[in-house]
Amino acid sequence: MAINVTLFRALRPQRFAFTASSQRSTIASSRFISTLILTEHDGGFVKSSSVSAIVAAKSLGEDNSISMLLAGSGPSLDEAAADAAKCHPSVSQVLVADSDKFKYHLAEPWAKLVELVQQKGGYSHIIAASSSFGKNILPRAAALLDASPITDVVEILGSHQFVRPIYAGNALSTVRYSGDQPCMLTIRSTSFLVSAESRLGTAAISQVDLSTIDEEIVGKSRYVGCSSQGTERPDLGNARIVVTGGRGLKSAENFKMIEKLAEKLEAAVGATRAAVDAGFVPNELQVGQTGKIVAPELYMAFGVSGAIQHLAGIRDSKVIVAVNKDADAPIFQVADYGLVGDLFDVVPELIEKLPEKK
Amino acid sequence: MSMNPFCEIALEEAIRIKESGLATEVVAVSVGPAQCVDTIRTGLAMGADRGIHVEWKGEGLGLGPLNVAKVLRALVELEEPRLLILGKQAIDDDCNQTGQMVAGLLNWPQGTFASKVVLDKEKQTATVDREVDGGLETLCLDLPAVITTDLRLNLPRYATLPNIMKAKSKPINKVTFEDLKVKVKSDIEVAQVTEPPKRKAGLILSSVDELIDKLKNEARVI
Repeated sequence: MAINVTLFRALRPQRFAFTASSQRSTIASSRFISTLILTEHDGGFVKSSSVSAIVAAKSLGEDNSISMLLAGSGPSLDEAAADAAKCHPSVSQVLVADSDKFKYHLAEPWAKLVELVQQKGGYSHIIAASSSFGKNILPRAAALLDASPITDVVEILGSHQFVRPIYAGNALSTVRYSGDQPCMLTIRSTSFLVSAESRLGTAAISQVDLSTIDEEIVGKSRYVGCSSQGTERPDLGNARIVVTGGRGLKSAENFKMIEKLAEKLEAAVGATRAAVDAGFVPNELQVGQTGKIVAPELYMAFGVSGAIQHLAGIRDSKVIVAVNKDADAPIFQVADYGLVGDLFDVVPELIEKLPEKK
Repeated sequence: MSMNPFCEIALEEAIRIKESGLATEVVAVSVGPAQCVDTIRTGLAMGADRGIHVEWKGEGLGLGPLNVAKVLRALVELEEPRLLILGKQAIDDDCNQTGQMVAGLLNWPQGTFASKVVLDKEKQTATVDREVDGGLETLCLDLPAVITTDLRLNLPRYATLPNIMKAKSKPINKVTFEDLKVKVKSDIEVAQVTEPPKRKAGLILSSVDELIDKLKNEARVI
């Protein structure tokens, strides 16, 4: 094997000044907006993160024709397409790409698919949720379309003006897209909430003609397998309550206590990077700057110090509770309710005293 | 200027691959102002063989992933590496785009958010475990390929003093955008940077009973 090339970048020094006001510039878009949503589905249903992408698309402007693009193969794809057609009243079209190539949602065929659909449809905007699917695929597709994507958008100020977090959420950057190519975004689903009554759509379903898709890249990347810890707990990304354990739990065995508390509260279980690194829990429970972003009604953190990178993942939670032996732990600066104490006493007491779920 | 932590992990992985006999050379590349050279030197001290500095003198929050991806594509066409390894994201702009974009431009397979990489010299493949929303996904990529590194891939080494001294004589070539025939595309402007709303300070409570009471009757979340 010849050469390895590593790319790394030097961190830029902080050179910007904070400004207190948030200017809302209304970019009146005289252009007709049409949006393509890269849609994730599982077990025959559209994932809620993709429905959040529709909510985001709506805020781009009044006159917006929204289409959903689904890919995969087999009956679950057809079921998902039917679900997509009714998942939101603002969707007018559901495009279905049916091929074995898309069975595992690999970035290489997906990016080619987006390029193909864009060439035919000429959308002004292409949006995906900022999930590992969206993060993996959208930038690759953007490169094929020669567009700079704007990722992890938390607020839409106009058809071409967006807000995204930088420096682990310690600052918010307002950016304007000025390119001629489609405006391509990934959005944080916790910032674009789906309302309960949304499921009233009646979109038309059509098949994407894949006969001209570039086959060359197919086969260079092969799915081997996946491992995921099956759980009865709700999905971390959209649970109403999240119970998180940090390094203070000390062992994987002790995490069972957190699970028990989560069960009592019908909550999802989360973890800090430290807990995952130490092997207490698998990586999919990690909450933070490079893990999952959550915004539950109640976030409870046990044995969590409150590192900036972890706080980046929980900032938008409605209520934060922290339990830590160390009164100086940074988590107490963001917690609405704090308890300075030993989690090994507090958690069992909570489990005992919390009201039973009906 | 310090090296982006994810890039340190990428460099460490490249060096380990070389140390295991699977690669003949590690080239460290950085795109940016003159201070990048210091960071490349650190990379050379860790174990890279030579460096390439692509100079960019511009202001603001930087060049943007699309332009960096175009630069990397041009370098790849000159250098012909079999593997391109990058950090998954920079901890200043948190974009998480460059690796995916250069893979798209090169039409190479991509293994992003890698927590484990195993190369097979005979088959010329890289088997990559990726950290995804649902857990771990394993892909097998034909080389040449692009890999972006996640936190748990490895623990980067510290450069030892003898290696820091040795690094001073390792070459760093300076290259310009003109040399690479890359035209900078500016399609994103930063209108402003602001602070997010601060959370108000909370209450320190004195008992579990009090906590349950507050959650039930004040916050009304349980």
